[in-house]
Amino acid sequence: MYTVSNRLKMGAIIMMVVGALLTAYGFFSAPSTIEAAKEMVAAHDDGHGSGHAEEAAHPMAADNHETEAHTMTEAEHDEHVFHQLRNKPWAALYVAAFFFFMISLGALAFYAIQRAAQAGWSPLLFRVMEGITSYIVPGGIIVFIILLLSVMHMNHLFVWMDPDVVAHDPILQGKKGYLNTTFFLIRALIFLAGWIGYREYSRKLSLAQDESDDNSNFKLNFRISAAFLVFYLISESIMSWDWIMSVDPHWFSTLFGWYVFASMFVSGITVIAMVTIYLKSKGHLKDVNDSHIHDLAKFMFGISIFWTYLWFSQFMLIWYANIPEEVTYYVTRIQDYNLPFFGMVAMNFLFPVLLLMNSDYKRINWFVIMAGIVILAGHYMDIYNMIIPSTVGTQWSIGIPEIGAILLFAGLFIFWIFRALGSAPLQPKRNPFIEESKHFHY
Amino acid sequence: MASKVIQAYYNDDDILMHAVKKVKAAKHHIEEVYCPFPVHGLDKAMGLAPTRIAITAFMYGCVGLIVAVLMMNFIMIKDWPQDIGGKPSFSYIQNMPAFVPIMFELTVFFAAHLMVITFYLRSRLWPFKEAENPDPRTTDDHFVMEIEVHGNEKELTDLLSETGAVEINFAEKNLH
Repeated sequence: MYTVSNRLKMGAIIMMVVGALLTAYGFFSAPSTIEAAKEMVAAHDDGHGSGHAEEAAHPMAADNHETEAHTMTEAEHDEHVFHQLRNKPWAALYVAAFFFFMISLGALAFYAIQRAAQAGWSPLLFRVMEGITSYIVPGGIIVFIILLLSVMHMNHLFVWMDPDVVAHDPILQGKKGYLNTTFFLIRALIFLAGWIGYREYSRKLSLAQDESDDNSNFKLNFRISAAFLVFYLISESIMSWDWIMSVDPHWFSTLFGWYVFASMFVSGITVIAMVTIYLKSKGHLKDVNDSHIHDLAKFMFGISIFWTYLWFSQFMLIWYANIPEEVTYYVTRIQDYNLPFFGMVAMNFLFPVLLLMNSDYKRINWFVIMAGIVILAGHYMDIYNMIIPSTVGTQWSIGIPEIGAILLFAGLFIFWIFRALGSAPLQPKRNPFIEESKHFHY
Repeated sequence: MASKVIQAYYNDDDILMHAVKKVKAAKHHIEEVYCPFPVHGLDKAMGLAPTRIAITAFMYGCVGLIVAVLMMNFIMIKDWPQDIGGKPSFSYIQNMPAFVPIMFELTVFFAAHLMVITFYLRSRLWPFKEAENPDPRTTDDHFVMEIEVHGNEKELTDLLSETGAVEINFAEKNLH
């Protein structure tokens, strides 16, 4: 039986406290009036040379919030910047909350695939996966609360929730049947209920299988996992339109659901590998050998390439077709977010490809950890690039609110998953494939 | 140089694997094993050096990538630039996204084909080559382990029949 070391527990709690303080500071230091926002931008410009003076004059064609391209007056621009700065701590909180929630959802999808495929190599890792998916409960509730606060107009992450904006926007009026706050919350509730329900039920069956004298729990787990995957593929896709794509309500991409799925899948697998290596280094999971790590690293490598494939497919079609309302998405990102946008591709594609290509390196545990850290940072940047350009615009930076939110949710994530890992034996006893998993080699 | 070899026949890959391990444990050098299908883990059991084909694959992939870049640069930028979909071909880097699928495909194409050719050359396989396997049954349901004999026929025969060989022969052979 595994117990969380005090050092890890304290570390997680310190991260949460520091993160909460930094997040609170982020909210506190957001400007409360338009004048304060102007001062902040002016102070910022003094330090870095002027870039915004020209931007105020140029037509905001690249701005997604505007129905038609027009030159903004100075007062309009100031108000716009004020709202973006007000949004910044909220957006930082939302990106980090979603990122850590997405890790556990990705791990849940991976777990369900192992169950549905009746995989023989992975049962030794089931408890690790179950530990990571336990965060889906607090993580999902936190994301839901942030969405609920958006619906209650505590923030302006989703412009389509503002009735004034919709009143002046024929495109949003046309989408009203789907993009309205009531239906939005109902969908979120159904998805979260489905994911949490499957996770809790499957975990219960998994524990019951250890104590039972037949395989009925195992068989039932197989059936519900297969059914869950069908539900998951549909709900994950719709979730990505709702929670991410709709921050940019005029823009749409038909493979967005797959793209977000690739991101969450590779993040989930990476965390499974990292937690497994951590537990092994502490002397637990004795039967997990280098071949298990090798297989996880192969998945990290393969799904990283899959992510790049989708990233590029989405980019190339929009770039080639060059339709104004579509291409604006990439124009904003390449002009205003050049470094995070292309830096993310380097972290999510070049690093994993070059680090994990050699088959021997996939068996070196610290190498997998290093690659994993780069992959996780890269996929945080991926979510950042999905949310921030549409909510914060040119006022972005990675400062105290962003780092605070990452620390807060990373602390909570570590605290929660290791608490769950300590609540049951780390090795399943009566899984019918456990012997195969113990003798797994390549 | 002709030398004498002993050939032990097996009819099951599990028995073969155990036999290989036993022969290796008795410190004999296994010249070759002929199988009707690839046996998982046999290379490790025989103590063969790990393959270097992955390194060649990486190099061939790089060659394919370079060929694709040079080829598309010549065709689409230098030789016959066209304005496709409002994207005039002024420079390679500007139109690079359009060439990425070709760069990818040629990388894969070069890596795959040159790797197969390398494998054939390294395994001394070419068209009209005489088969090297000592017995046609190794293409059907038998496995043959071949060990060079240095005046220890009796010892080897005993050892091999103990490992479950279904047939043991001696042959004169040119070894490379």
